[in-house]
Amino acid sequence: MQDLGPYLKQHPFLAGMTDSQIELLVGCASNVKFNIGDYVSREGQPAKRFFFVRHGRLALELMTHDRGPMVIETLTEGDVLGWSWLFPPHVWHFDVKAVELTRAIAMDGECLRNKCEEDHELGYEIMKRFSHVMVNRLSATRLQLLDIYGKRK
Amino acid sequence: MANASELMQPEAMSNEMLPRLYTVNKIYKDTHDTFTMELVPSDGGPAMSFQPGQFNMLYVFGVGEVPISISGDPDRAIPLVHTLREVGSVTSALRQLRAGDTVGVRGPYGTAWPVTEATGQDLVLLAGGIGLAPLRPVLYSILFRRRKYGQVVLLFGTRSPGDILYKKELQKWRSRFDLDIHITVDRAIRPWRGNVGVVTSLIPRASFDPMHTTAMICGPEIMMRFSIMELVKRGVPEDHIWVSMERNMKCGCGFCGHCQCGPLFVCKDGPVFVYPRVKELMNKYEI
Amino acid sequence: MDRDASASGAQFRISTEQIQTLLDVLRNHGYETVGPTVREGVITYGPISSCEDLPVGWTDEQEAGKYRLLRRNDNALFGYVVGPHTWKKFVYPPRQLLWRMHKNNGTQTLEHAPEDFPRYAFFGVRACEIQALAVQDKVFTGSEYQDRYYALRRKDNFIVAVNCTEPGGTCFCASMGSGPRATRGYDLAITEIVRADEHFFVIESGSERGGEILAELDAQPATEEELSYAARRVERAAQQMGRKIDTSDLKELLYRNSENRHWEKVAKRCLTCSNCTMVCPTCFCSTVEDTTDLTGNSAERVRRWDSCFTLDFSYIHGGAVRPSEHTRYRHWITHKLASWQDQFDMLGCVGCGRCITWCPVGIDITEEIQSLRDSEARQEMDVAGAKE
Repeated sequence: MQDLGPYLKQHPFLAGMTDSQIELLVGCASNVKFNIGDYVSREGQPAKRFFFVRHGRLALELMTHDRGPMVIETLTEGDVLGWSWLFPPHVWHFDVKAVELTRAIAMDGECLRNKCEEDHELGYEIMKRFSHVMVNRLSATRLQLLDIYGKRK
Repeated sequence: MANASELMQPEAMSNEMLPRLYTVNKIYKDTHDTFTMELVPSDGGPAMSFQPGQFNMLYVFGVGEVPISISGDPDRAIPLVHTLREVGSVTSALRQLRAGDTVGVRGPYGTAWPVTEATGQDLVLLAGGIGLAPLRPVLYSILFRRRKYGQVVLLFGTRSPGDILYKKELQKWRSRFDLDIHITVDRAIRPWRGNVGVVTSLIPRASFDPMHTTAMICGPEIMMRFSIMELVKRGVPEDHIWVSMERNMKCGCGFCGHCQCGPLFVCKDGPVFVYPRVKELMNKYEI
Repeated sequence: MDRDASASGAQFRISTEQIQTLLDVLRNHGYETVGPTVREGVITYGPISSCEDLPVGWTDEQEAGKYRLLRRNDNALFGYVVGPHTWKKFVYPPRQLLWRMHKNNGTQTLEHAPEDFPRYAFFGVRACEIQALAVQDKVFTGSEYQDRYYALRRKDNFIVAVNCTEPGGTCFCASMGSGPRATRGYDLAITEIVRADEHFFVIESGSERGGEILAELDAQPATEEELSYAARRVERAAQQMGRKIDTSDLKELLYRNSENRHWEKVAKRCLTCSNCTMVCPTCFCSTVEDTTDLTGNSAERVRRWDSCFTLDFSYIHGGAVRPSEHTRYRHWITHKLASWQDQFDMLGCVGCGRCITWCPVGIDITEEIQSLRDSEARQEMDVAGAKE
């Protein structure tokens, strides 16, 4: 089986983690590929995994009754998808669909949660990085909320 | 103290408030609320020469005037091109014009994007919504003398796929190897398969060397502020970042007082400013 | 014609009758003379042709939000200061036609506005008003673009200045460096002396053309005593001014106080009525009106005075940049005393006091500046106190 260590090391999200911490992560990692049109997740389904995107594009969609599926954000190379695995009830909040051929490293949520409980150092490093991602996403989402290009009435 | 009798001969002064008549050559729709007009001088004389970033005051018979950035090619004086968004009575009246109709034009006014000063640098152009229109002349200028610049990146964000301006032209430019274009929208429905997210999210991964980059940003003020934050985070020096400001204008030449932003007249000290000059003003409310 | 170089230096004495002669001489030279005259209970600027048109024996009592005329116990011709009108209405009129456009069989033609402006003589211009004209000269002709109409109207102005011997109730020109003595920018300058049983004028020319006009008057050389008396009266007017602005670091003071809570306090009183901008001799903001006639074949563009206090002054698609009252007040005072310096290398305020007098709620620009200084002093004291 392929050693995913080097690929994990390359991903920007994990920059700065020690080799031994990467080794811990490898134990929860697997290599995945999504073809165009594949669903990575569906809203409400258990969030068992999260993903380090290596290549391609994933669209986060929310289904609306009047306008069909709305794409709220797209993620691409270097991004991390999914934080619902961190906190109960561990369910996906969006549909995530591959709009291009996408390769990613899937991480088993429960596996990593257990390792973080055992190794708080590892847990802190993971939490730090996810917090940063969330802060950036929140900022960006707020800008999107403002509809800055929309016409004022 | 100035003395009336010492004034430059008043008879020799030009009358800035007199428009020059241009005829509409072509007018066509870009998106649901934007359109482009191509104008030629009605008297058949030479068209104005302008620099990227400058604007004209466009007048519709009996309705009024609006300041609109010039969005054509500075190296091709005719036709004079303007892309407008329909937001009020004058722009709506302009939308109703047909080929052969007359438009009053005063200008060109304002300061220019630093196209000459930025030779040798990487260029990052950040456009938000209709902000792509005042930046298009920069692209034309750069591509006309492409070898003078390093990497050139255009980051364009707009509301939705239906609001993408200059679609055909962007598609054509995308196929060039010496130009990096990334487009994103705030929201989309299928079948859009491109980026969705704010334009600022395109900055961290865009390909340019922050130490040798000149950035030019045009769009809603909030978008400009957040883009600047991301650029500075990446290490672009503040005095290499340029913005285009917008204010109410009644004259375009520094007399009516409406366009003041602090001590700056956006019509003649701007609309293009180097960021440090407007940094404090951009962060003050209701200035 | 250089007014500065031709100041003759020599000062003369003329009688009150010679004032009438002066008016006649100006008319004979083709000037349309405008000057102070009483109308509807205020002293305005309008056409004058004889001494009787002047506010003889009148004075004005001015305070914040108050103006009234009172009778003097003498027959002074210039025993008052400034009213709600300014000279700018003659060189930068409240309404000015810019051009007309005509539609004819699909083609449009432009008709320039007429440029036959009168040759004005401004009779009775105070030092602060001379400075105000200089300020507007800089705005309209001293920057990147020139206003042709302003320049044409201003070109042949003949200025007869009056040195104030009594300050008005709201005056503060001394602290602004613009008065009460006119030092430049006039063709003739007079100082009125009314004492015991004498009533005469000290007069001097400030330009070649002023000298020519002066030569047609019956002027005697003034005595040392008369000259020093006149100078003392003007000097005393400077000292008796009840208001002042410390202009030392005015620009920095206003720029660094843009977030001061004080502005919201002023805004509670300010009605944004824009009286202050209308009576201010240096305010220059304008707007344009585009209209068509009933046939729809002729369009017209008119420029008219505007005020930064109006809500739609700063309107851009969707909303005003300055919707709040306090930011509009802040903009006006910051422009007048601070930004103006960056824009035009001079102060925008000449200390004439009109904005104080004509504000319906009596907001006082000199008080507002002092309040800013006081609030800064208080903050420093708080910090100092906290350190102990």
